[in-house]
Amino acid sequence: MDSLKGKLPPISQLGPFIALFIACVFFALTTDRFFSAENLSLILQQVMVVGVIAIGQTLIILTGGIDLSCGMVMALGSIVMTKFAADFGLPTVIAVLCGLGVTVLFGLINGLLVTTIKLPPFIVTLGTFNVAFAITQLYSQAQTVTDIPDAMTWLGNTFQLGGGAVSYGAVFMIILYVLVWLWLRETGAGRHVYAVGNNPEATRLVGIPTERVLLGVYVLAGLFYGIASLLAVARTGVGDPNAGQTENLDAITAVVLGGTSLFGGRGVILGSLAGAVVVGVLRNGLTLMGVSSVYQVLVTGILVILAVSVDQLSRKSTR
Amino acid sequence: MATENLVMKATGLVKRFGKVTALDGADFELRPGEILAVIGDNGAGKSSLIKCLSGASIPDEGHVWLDGKEIHFKTPMDARRAGIETVYQDLAVAPAMTIAENLFLGRETRRQGFLGKYLGALDKKKMLEESVARMQELKVGIRSMTQAVETLSGGQRQCVAVGRAAAFAQHVVIMDEPTAALGVKEGNMVLELIRRVRDRGLPVVLISHNMPHVFEVADRIHVARLGRRAAVLNPKKISMSDTVAVMTGAMPPESIPAECLAH
Amino acid sequence: MLRNSATLTAAVALTIGAAATAFAAGEPVVGLITKTETNPFFVKMKEGAAAAAKAKGAKLLSGAGKADGDNAGQVTAMENMIAAGAKTILITPSDSKAIIPAIKKAQEKGVMVIALDSPTDPAEATDALFATNNYTAGVLIGEYAKAALAGKPAKIVTLDLFPGHPVGAQRHNGFLKGFGLPSNEAKNNELAKPAEVVCMADSFGDRAKGQTAMENCLQKAPDVNLVYTINEPAAAGAYNALKKAGKEKGVIIVSVDGGCEGVENVGKGIIAATSQQYPLKMASMGVEAGVEYAKTGKKASGYTDTGVTLIAAKPVAGVESKDVKTGMDLCWGKK
Repeated sequence: MDSLKGKLPPISQLGPFIALFIACVFFALTTDRFFSAENLSLILQQVMVVGVIAIGQTLIILTGGIDLSCGMVMALGSIVMTKFAADFGLPTVIAVLCGLGVTVLFGLINGLLVTTIKLPPFIVTLGTFNVAFAITQLYSQAQTVTDIPDAMTWLGNTFQLGGGAVSYGAVFMIILYVLVWLWLRETGAGRHVYAVGNNPEATRLVGIPTERVLLGVYVLAGLFYGIASLLAVARTGVGDPNAGQTENLDAITAVVLGGTSLFGGRGVILGSLAGAVVVGVLRNGLTLMGVSSVYQVLVTGILVILAVSVDQLSRKSTR
Repeated sequence: MATENLVMKATGLVKRFGKVTALDGADFELRPGEILAVIGDNGAGKSSLIKCLSGASIPDEGHVWLDGKEIHFKTPMDARRAGIETVYQDLAVAPAMTIAENLFLGRETRRQGFLGKYLGALDKKKMLEESVARMQELKVGIRSMTQAVETLSGGQRQCVAVGRAAAFAQHVVIMDEPTAALGVKEGNMVLELIRRVRDRGLPVVLISHNMPHVFEVADRIHVARLGRRAAVLNPKKISMSDTVAVMTGAMPPESIPAECLAH
Repeated sequence: MLRNSATLTAAVALTIGAAATAFAAGEPVVGLITKTETNPFFVKMKEGAAAAAKAKGAKLLSGAGKADGDNAGQVTAMENMIAAGAKTILITPSDSKAIIPAIKKAQEKGVMVIALDSPTDPAEATDALFATNNYTAGVLIGEYAKAALAGKPAKIVTLDLFPGHPVGAQRHNGFLKGFGLPSNEAKNNELAKPAEVVCMADSFGDRAKGQTAMENCLQKAPDVNLVYTINEPAAAGAYNALKKAGKEKGVIIVSVDGGCEGVENVGKGIIAATSQQYPLKMASMGVEAGVEYAKTGKKASGYTDTGVTLIAAKPVAGVESKDVKTGMDLCWGKK
């Protein structure tokens, strides 16, 4: 039994998948439409924006930081992309690259403030959150951007898979998760991300360029927020200046539910995917059951507390 | 008399921090295959001395030689590349990562071929095998290299840190208070390991406040006082209390009997 | 020498006195505090207030919180405006309870406070309220929907705001009442759920969340034929979801707000009908009340309905509505 325990991942990592499994079983039993290919693929599409934001957020939280600006940066990215295409007539690819450029720039700013001025990430990203929001509102003049080229919403298109329509964007999200998972597990740079979060002093002493690792993580996160902007545009078909307001907390919720420790250095990125999907499953399942959305919020809150407690308790038991 | 075949030598090291002079013309000699303990009261300059040797500090004046060649370390990485490994007081390990991962932290082995060269893929199997081999060599009795460092006891963690330094050092291993905060049994375990490191041919510079431990393992004792080297003592001849007296200045270097000095 | 300085002092004093009297009898100062600076609804309000102030010879000070829910920002704006001489404050409260102590302090200084668009809790804390009757807004679109369905059995999906919000409840319950279904009264904050409502979900008034809510409800009730939405962004999201499922032709979407984007969507056939509300009117009425108070000391009181108009592209028998062009003329936001 002892050796089996040693081989299984710790409960804080398995937890989100167990919770997801239980939730799916529960809704499959209590409603007749939950467990259909169509419904399940729908949920994936609904969580793809938060899911991709959560990739960037996970990386940052793994280094012991946090990013409160993620949703706003995403919104800014989608406004820049859509307005550049609609107002300046730029070809889709260029407009998208411009949007990505803006979100990466914000990532760079966050990273520089954290590494060179050494401000706490919480404070820095609180500031950039406000700046991104203001720029988004001012640039868009609070107007939704319509007339965007079809090519930009391509990721929202679907293909048939076993009775359900799966969007290219959802597939893309899964591919991104797998790539980042492999990178974190199989490369030295990935290990350094964990090391910086687990013991930044140690990484400095063994010669790892800690500042560069941190900066890289923030810039990379900015890239993922940009990809999420594109997915948001693909999903809704417009550039929405009011998007992203709850995505900040939704992304952090997904990461925490996914078993990544807020103290840094611990966590598996696939857990964040499970965390994001669990929230989508709850929302979908409770709607199908006709239960008020207040209960969704309640259950999510309970799960978050459980996730953090499990993480804390499992760490204490190893001492 | 001191042989000229020294592993490390330093003369006239001076280091000032503003108005404070930490090193005031300190000298240092490390012989091959020895454990040299460096002791001294707080403010005596032993940390500053060690920092200059390990690349953590750049001396304002003075010279340092490694294996007969003069060196100018600008960062700890320079010292590491020159084959000097340091075990810091706080161990510099990532507790959530495994022993094998910690051993190779910062110098991970990459796979051969395309995956390794361009994508940075790690050769985890090789790193694990090497970790097992090195730790077995040093007779460190930890069962699995894939357990997280935080699951180990204090003494075992120290062994991991020492093992890491010994595994990669080519010339010198420096240890800063390795037995501090350890119980009797664990402290002895670490001392055993330090002896084995020396026996493998690596000289060890050992900073310690723990006199009994110093007397147990050291071949020679370097006493730092007021930013200089007060004396180098022979633990086999001098008593512990006299050593403390030299350290505090109660016994001036001139009054040390000749046989107590190390030659 | 002494007599000269006395004359000088007297002359100066007289001048100052005259100036002060002139200043006091000068333009009334009215402060407008909205929830945010950027929401087009509030931008229109500011425009209406500015125009009314110019027409009536009043001075308008304006301010807002940083974001929806920023009570502290509104309190600060109120204090600054009163210090600058505002005798009337018009406010769209971000937090209907938390703003009350600041209002009381203002009223103690003799300042008249009027709530615009949404009431404080309790509503009597302000001297007056100029707002849309959100229940009526719901009733109008409910009546339209009933006529538009032309006798088919209704399968209704409601995309609401979020639980507990009075405006969300009023519009939802009003809609059901207008449709002719058992519903709750205007003061009730609970959402009624007669059997014809096959799915209720929260959209938070947001486009993307409205889309998600509609997708989930479509799974539950694929044969929906009528969708009530809390506002036009939610309606746009619902339409997107229906379009992706290929169902947009067979479903009627109704909404509330009358913003220019929303009315455009009525023109495009995305929304069948929307109840248009008039932020400009709220603000201009507020300024007029402020001027009246400054001139005569008479305070405005009670609740004044600033009116709702049904805007529909296709009129239906028995329900009065205005066309899209009228809607666009009267809409708020950027045209």
